[in-house]
Amino acid sequence: MNQDIYVVIEHLRGQAADISYIMLGGARALAQKTGGEVVAVLLGHNVQSLVNNMSADKVLVVDHPALAEFTSDAYQKTLAGLIAEKEPRAVLFASSSIGADLSGVLSARLNLPLISSCQRFSADGRPISQICGGKIMVESDLPEVTTLLTMIPGGYKPEEGQSGKTPEIIKMDAPALDDLRVTLKQYIEAEAGDVDISKEPILVSVGRGIQTQDNLELAEELAKALGGVVSASRPVVDQGWMPTSRLVGKSGKTVKPKVYLTLGISGAPEHAEAIMGSEMIIAINTDPAAPIFDIARYGAVIDMFDLFEVLIAKVKETQGIR
Amino acid sequence: MMPYDAVKSILVLIALLASFGVFGWRCYLALQGLRRGQSTPAFGGWGERIKGLIVYVAAQLRLFRFKAPGIAHFFVFWGFLTLSLTILQAILEGLLAYTNPHFVLPLIGNFGPLALLQDLFILCVALAILYDLYLRLIVNPERYKGSHKSQGLMVLMFIFTIMLTLAVTNGIRINLNDDLLQRYRPVSTLIGGLFAGLNPATQTIIEETAYWIHLGVVLLFLTELPEGKHFHIVTSIPAILLRNLEPRGRLPAAPEFEGQVGVKQVEQFRWRQMLDFYTCTECGRCQDMCPAFASGEPLSPKLLMMSLRDHLKDYSSASLPTRSLIGDAVAPSTLWACTTCYACDQECPLFIERIPLIVDMRRYLVNEGEVDALLQKTLANLGRYGNSFGQSERMRAKWTQPIQPVIKDARKEAVEYLWFVGDYASYHVMFSDITRKTAQVFQKADLDFGILYDAERNAGNDIRRVGEEGLFESLAEKNSAAMDKCKYNTIITTDPHTYNTLKNEYPANGNHHAVLHYTELLDQLIASGKLQFNKKLGYKVTYHDPCYLGRYNGIYDAPRRVIRALGCELIEMPRHGDRAFCCGAGGGKIWMEEQPEVKERPAESRVREAAGMSGISTLVTTCPKDLVMFRDAVKTAGLEGKIVVKDLIELVSEALELCKETVREQM
Amino acid sequence: MNIVALFKLVPDLVEELEIDGNGTALNMDFLRLIINEFDDHAIEQAILLKERGGAQVSILGPDIEGVEDVLYTAASKGADRLIKLTGDFQGKANNHAMARAVTSALKELQPDLILTGVQANTDLDGSLGPLLAEYLDMPYVGYVSGVKVADGKVITRKEYPGGLVAEMEIKLPAVLGIQAAEQPPRYIAVAKVRQAMKTATIEVRTLAESDLSGGSTIRRMFKPEAGTRAEMIEGSAEEVTTRLLDIFKEIGVL
Ligand SMILES: Cc1cc2nc3c(=O)[nH]c(=O)nc-3n(C[C@H](O)[C@H](O)[C@H](O)COP(=O)(O)OP(=O)(O)OC[C@H]3O[C@@H](n4cnc5c(N)ncnc54)[C@H](O)[C@@H]3O)c2cc1C
Ligand code: SF4
Ligand code: SF4
Repeated sequence: MNQDIYVVIEHLRGQAADISYIMLGGARALAQKTGGEVVAVLLGHNVQSLVNNMSADKVLVVDHPALAEFTSDAYQKTLAGLIAEKEPRAVLFASSSIGADLSGVLSARLNLPLISSCQRFSADGRPISQICGGKIMVESDLPEVTTLLTMIPGGYKPEEGQSGKTPEIIKMDAPALDDLRVTLKQYIEAEAGDVDISKEPILVSVGRGIQTQDNLELAEELAKALGGVVSASRPVVDQGWMPTSRLVGKSGKTVKPKVYLTLGISGAPEHAEAIMGSEMIIAINTDPAAPIFDIARYGAVIDMFDLFEVLIAKVKETQGIR
Repeated sequence: MMPYDAVKSILVLIALLASFGVFGWRCYLALQGLRRGQSTPAFGGWGERIKGLIVYVAAQLRLFRFKAPGIAHFFVFWGFLTLSLTILQAILEGLLAYTNPHFVLPLIGNFGPLALLQDLFILCVALAILYDLYLRLIVNPERYKGSHKSQGLMVLMFIFTIMLTLAVTNGIRINLNDDLLQRYRPVSTLIGGLFAGLNPATQTIIEETAYWIHLGVVLLFLTELPEGKHFHIVTSIPAILLRNLEPRGRLPAAPEFEGQVGVKQVEQFRWRQMLDFYTCTECGRCQDMCPAFASGEPLSPKLLMMSLRDHLKDYSSASLPTRSLIGDAVAPSTLWACTTCYACDQECPLFIERIPLIVDMRRYLVNEGEVDALLQKTLANLGRYGNSFGQSERMRAKWTQPIQPVIKDARKEAVEYLWFVGDYASYHVMFSDITRKTAQVFQKADLDFGILYDAERNAGNDIRRVGEEGLFESLAEKNSAAMDKCKYNTIITTDPHTYNTLKNEYPANGNHHAVLHYTELLDQLIASGKLQFNKKLGYKVTYHDPCYLGRYNGIYDAPRRVIRALGCELIEMPRHGDRAFCCGAGGGKIWMEEQPEVKERPAESRVREAAGMSGISTLVTTCPKDLVMFRDAVKTAGLEGKIVVKDLIELVSEALELCKETVREQM
Repeated sequence: MNIVALFKLVPDLVEELEIDGNGTALNMDFLRLIINEFDDHAIEQAILLKERGGAQVSILGPDIEGVEDVLYTAASKGADRLIKLTGDFQGKANNHAMARAVTSALKELQPDLILTGVQANTDLDGSLGPLLAEYLDMPYVGYVSGVKVADGKVITRKEYPGGLVAEMEIKLPAVLGIQAAEQPPRYIAVAKVRQAMKTATIEVRTLAESDLSGGSTIRRMFKPEAGTRAEMIEGSAEEVTTRLLDIFKEIGVL
């Protein structure tokens, strides 16, 4: 076994996911403890350009037509061979639709330990996982064998996994990828029509504080810049300013986004009960006593109309750079 | 050739036999559905029942809730009774025309005052009919929408014709000096006057014609009776006699049919319930009062009865019923629209009760899992945590934390009063401050009281009305078990819904303690001088009667007395007392998804009503759900600043000048 | 077709969670255990498949408090066999141990399709599904929100972030990690569950000694230091914006 930290790059339809960079950031932190290198592992077909800005010491690229799109069987076979051969100290997977399918099977196949939902590493390199919906943190030992980990966001920023220079690329051969038990038939795009706010990861939610329908445009603009959608409390929907499908609350939808940014929502229980599953609630409200601050993680007592302009501009600016 | 009188006798006999035959056959057809119905528990309380006949059939008391139509109906009804003797006269007269051409009814036939009464009734009935025609044709109130209009008009025309022909027959007989009682018949004399100029032979022909029309229409009416809403002339008497005498707040147990709970097919209703289907007169009084109908939801309590009647008729005549009860005859959305506010049943002159019907059908739906997502989530919460908020039972008494001295735990020490706080008062953040005030008021009055802390569960009133009988039972068992372990004399409740089920339905679980709503308790404390107010508030307020306090349990005066004792001036809203307009939360509605059809929420209509009254700044309620609904409605109706909604206890606490804690009054 | 749905009971997050004296496990005294939400969907999906195409559905769960409720509820929905697994599930049991221990019970049922929830809130060594699949030598696909059976294989909807769905074809027998059933789990009236208690029978299987290897060794457990109230961001619009952008970046939104 060597002391390198491997990161299985997660990408979908030609784009590397944010979590890949976050994992590279985490891998760097861990590698500093173990004294090994950070090695990105990229499986796919004609995807080499994805590695350009990755902060890794090396990239192992396995290029094969059968790996062009993710299927669990083909990816598992490929990675099983690769991990068994290289014996790194740790392999990081995303805790996601792709990473979770891979890590569990590989742990059982290679008889390697698996630690899931890891958010960060402690000062002495022990994985800290988040369980029970974020209510409990668990610090585990990092076993003295090749260890598989799945990572969740929150501990490292994507920037920590990015760099200006292109890492060294090492091409690897794929194993025989025939007789696969799982095959991709097709992709189905999210249906047109209205979005399903219960599935959106980023929600900008407006309440009566928005005052007029015209002001909604500001919220839309902010949501778009953030890559999210607008949802609303009941007064806004009642006015007919937004369709019922965007209503959050007792009489609307229950949501569990990564981030729920409220603007001018007081946090009445009929609203609050439906947002408790959000990973993070950020509240903007002019009233310091608004109950929304009791359930939000971050809050700011500020007039949203003072905030919109600066915030939208900055978010756009940031997105523009990347 | 046969003499005319002989022909007349024979024709009348044939007409009689034919019409009674048709009437009988049609009655049989109409009522054969009843034979398929389930058995009905034995009827007791006959004294009460007979009294009902006098008060509600003879005196027509419930009809006067709609004044003018009530008076009109009163005259038609009594006219019909007194004039039924003249009809008998007409029939016998015809039958006996050959043997006894001058037949009069023995004894009463020559009784002048009766003749006078009858003559006057001819006029009254005719006028009442004219009014009814005006009502139907010109005014045409909303409540008639969907009723059988032509049928209604036809019957009015029948009655009018019967009156007219009677007057004409009588009048001409007076002209021809054929009537010994002529001086007792002023109205007929007047009508007869119209024909006085004609020669006697012509007059006789007119008289004979009028007679035939009279009798013909009477018999035609008879054959039509079982066909429509006028069947109530027959069925109303058994319907009122056999009306439900149980407390209103006690729902019948869920019917079960081999693993099926509730009612799926119309024959699973009890025959007594089916009788109501035929008794409904389509008057629409119920619909006029219904908050679900008013808000645009797909429920009319009247149309519901009519579709049940139609469905039962189809069902009992067709050999292979193809239409389903739930789905085809009655849409599930109709069933879910009801708030169980009792306004319809309160209004119905014929004591028709549809809430038990609705609940029985809901029970079926719930048992089949056909509930909307929100209701499903709430029921799951209630099952798991014993409260609709999906919070831990350990949080139930969290609101008590700042209260000093600590509220007694009734499970650990004997108390005089066991306070059943209820879900909303315990868990809803908007209400917990009010609940604390309630506790302070009790403490101020030196009340020996305690609560169940985390052993309390939702009492289940609305769960039962949603149709989840099993869950109701399991919660009632848990609550009863917890209460059984306590020593106390009287239960007090904050929530009228809780009050209703504890008082009326828990006795089935062996709970026989007195139950008081907190307004009753306050009323008693004030009367006995244990609560005295130094401060007179001097507000002008209006009061909303919660359905489960007012209509269900008849508590109208206690809260009003408390309001007055506070030095407030109480101005009534147009819809108050037993006509109070439901806030829209009851019967589990607060746990269901809102329907897109809703135009104006009941709560909004209600706060607009309150805000529309000059000089009123406060709408007082005595139900936590009302408070939540109305405060929300004040916002959505844009009435902030015009009216505030307060629970009565807030005013009491203010008048007692209890120390203020941090209050987050309105969010 | 034999379908097996496997469920776990997990702590109800509605309750305040406490950590035990050693600081390495949850305090079980204060826990309320409920069915893992995703497992509930897995059961529902199994029933939907049965209703659509016919199948024998077996439901398996560990014998801890609350298991019978879940099993009887499943019976009311239409499950055919109810099986309670006895063994050591308290304390340190992990998914690796559970997956290994349950394989023989599963093999005996000769399943064509095994459904489990895609994850559970206590998973610390990955989720159960992929481990099971590998020990049984079956393929695995997770994050599934729809299943169609076609001879010898299933077509599933696998969900990716942003609403993208991949249609995957999987050879049977297979294990699926269910994220959502095609319809949310149905409501079962209390009366129905009580009925099932009278009529349905629960079989018992004893699991082999648990082998914990492959899981994590917990060094310490703690609660994240989150205050009850929001951390307030003070300052001007610019200052608030700057902080918000930091937060967005931290959680990977930007
Ligand atoms: C049975 C029932 C069901 C309900 N269902 C739902 C539901 O599904 N969803 C729902 O949302 N509500 C629901 N409600 C209504 C709920 O109780 C609240 O009334 C509602 O959520 C309030 O919406 P809000 O926060 O937008 O408005 P408000 O409570 O009026 O709050 C507006 C907030 O905006 C702030 N504000 C004002 N101006 C500004 C500004 N310029 N910048 C920043 N902040 C500002 C104010 O300080 C205030 O806190 C329901 C109510 C009932 C009774
Ligand atoms: S109980 Fe109330 S809501 Fe239900 S039908 Fe009657 S009036 Fe309408
Ligand atoms: S149910 Fe009663 S109130 Fe309603 S229409 Fe029929 S008779 Fe009239």
